Amino acid sequence: MAYLELNNIYKTYGQGDNETEVLSNINLSIEEGEFVAIVGFTGSGKTTLVNLINGLLEPTKGEVLFKGEPVQGTSHERGVIFQNYSLLPWLTVGQNVYMAVKEAFPKKSKRELNTIVANYVEMVSLTPAINKRPKELSGGMRQRVAVARALAMKPEMIIMDEPLGALDALTRGNLQDEILNIWGKDKRTALLITNDVDEGIYMADRIIPLRPGPNATLGPEFKIDIERPRDKTEMNDNANFKETRNAIIEYLMDIGDERKSEAKEEFILPDLSPKDFVNQFK
Amino acid sequence: MKQSLTLGKVTKFIGLGFFSTLKDLFTGKLEKEDFKNFLRKTVVPLVSILLFIGLWQMGAKSLYNIEAEFKIEKALNDQGPEAADALRDCMVSGDPSCQPNTLPSPSQVWGSYKSLLRDHNIISADKAAFIEKTAALNEKRVADGKDAITYTGRPSFVDQIFRSLKTVFAGFLLALFIAVPLGIFIGLSPTLKSSFNWFIQIFKPVSPVVWYLLVFMIVKTLLIDSNEDSSFTISFISVGLCSMWATLVNTAMGVSSVDKDFINVAKVLKLGNFQKIFKVVLPSSLPLIFTGLKITLSVAWMVLIAIELLAQSPGLGLFVWEEFQNGANDSNAKIIVAMFVIGIIGFLLDRLMLTIQNWVSFDKTGAI
Repeated sequence: MAYLELNNIYKTYGQGDNETEVLSNINLSIEEGEFVAIVGFTGSGKTTLVNLINGLLEPTKGEVLFKGEPVQGTSHERGVIFQNYSLLPWLTVGQNVYMAVKEAFPKKSKRELNTIVANYVEMVSLTPAINKRPKELSGGMRQRVAVARALAMKPEMIIMDEPLGALDALTRGNLQDEILNIWGKDKRTALLITNDVDEGIYMADRIIPLRPGPNATLGPEFKIDIERPRDKTEMNDNANFKETRNAIIEYLMDIGDERKSEAKEEFILPDLSPKDFVNQFK
Repeated sequence: MKQSLTLGKVTKFIGLGFFSTLKDLFTGKLEKEDFKNFLRKTVVPLVSILLFIGLWQMGAKSLYNIEAEFKIEKALNDQGPEAADALRDCMVSGDPSCQPNTLPSPSQVWGSYKSLLRDHNIISADKAAFIEKTAALNEKRVADGKDAITYTGRPSFVDQIFRSLKTVFAGFLLALFIAVPLGIFIGLSPTLKSSFNWFIQIFKPVSPVVWYLLVFMIVKTLLIDSNEDSSFTISFISVGLCSMWATLVNTAMGVSSVDKDFINVAKVLKLGNFQKIFKVVLPSSLPLIFTGLKITLSVAWMVLIAIELLAQSPGLGLFVWEEFQNGANDSNAKIIVAMFVIGIIGFLLDRLMLTIQNWVSFDKTGAI
């Protein structure tokens, strides 16, 4: 039995005539300790998929099974790193992490909790900024806080919703390595949602494209058999990497073209000719 | 990075930034580029104040002339030319007993302001002497279990100001304790929102006078056995009820429109309801709550005068009303003094709230 299983998931928004199907027939299974990446265009329903897995949303049809049990609401076992960091701006870095830790380990003493907070803030190398508020931090630092907050709760699975989407390329690369390092230490199961194919290949064991919505569904999966730890420069020369990368991009491009041609057929403009204004005023 | 607290930062924080520009002028730190700014921020307001006083002086002068002509004309018709001449001489001599009753000039208002201060000094001295004189006796009375003798003389203008402030703060606290919790409940529950909405919409625009009458009806009956003067109770409750709506509406709006990301965080961390309200919902709606409280305080101060006047509760409102009824030759000038005092205190209260608001609020843009 898989660690996380999605069986025939459908998700619709709205009702009646306004009903739109965002996700349809999603099937996915993730094994324990695996790192899976899902790539897709913006607006293809990635965030909806993440929210179904972390329990913020319920599927319209189908079931999400976590360790064999259906997912009902959120749980501390599944840590979430949001796309826009979602730090509470009125709390300091330490307080943001502390709030999460306190909820996850209600029985621990204040001192133990503070030690955990200090450890995780140290892990994302933000100890000098522990008493700063989010607005005083750069985007990369804020996302590090979000990573620390999610990991400090010691979740069994980490769900990341485009965690690095808003960062510049350099910060992005550094944070990718940091996340991989942390993941490598205790091999928690991880699910990464991203719009960057290279990022997916660099980080994940398995990469699955999401056909864009409405009616988004998962495409064929690609296994990444590049040994860890991976090196970005070496990877560029790796035949396997190139092949996978091209295959995924080709797949996504094909869908894009398909969408465009579909769109062309959909909008038939009415056959009208402009009025003859010039003659009208003569 | 250590941040030093400079005069500029402090005055800007409490919303009186022009003070630091003024200081720069005298310390010679003003750069050439800043000169335009200085003109706009300091010189222009000063010029406009002078212009205002000048217009006021001219207006008062012409109103005085109209009133004087009319009075002399009337004396001429009713009592003959001798009486008219006597009245004219009396007016020119500046005798207060025959001055026309009209809008006072700025100098008259300034004079009344000084006389009110003198009056205050006399009354305070009187009060201090009274307390000193009765100190020994009061000690004995308290020891015997009797009530101490208190000063019952006429309150001075400054005393009236403090009584008004007391009433307005009592009303403001009442509004705070009703509107903020109620607003939170309404904001959290759509059911409560729809059940309270008609109530808010109907009672929000009701005039302070009507609120006063309503409170009077209820409090009069509730305090029927009490011999105490209920005017203070009635006026502060009316002030509170009049002014609480802005806070109620703003709190409900702030609580119901918390950023969805924050709610998601609360859900993912599995915060309990209590934690969710106190750690996420309230901090995030604080800026809106304080905007509401700021409006509430200024509305409270505005309606206070009318309500004190109606309730015969001591304070600036009653002062204005008594001066109007009094009709002494400097009454009009005293009313104008009260008007300026009311305006300036209202402005300072607004700044006070702004300062507190800046203190507790976070930068919303910093979150995302």
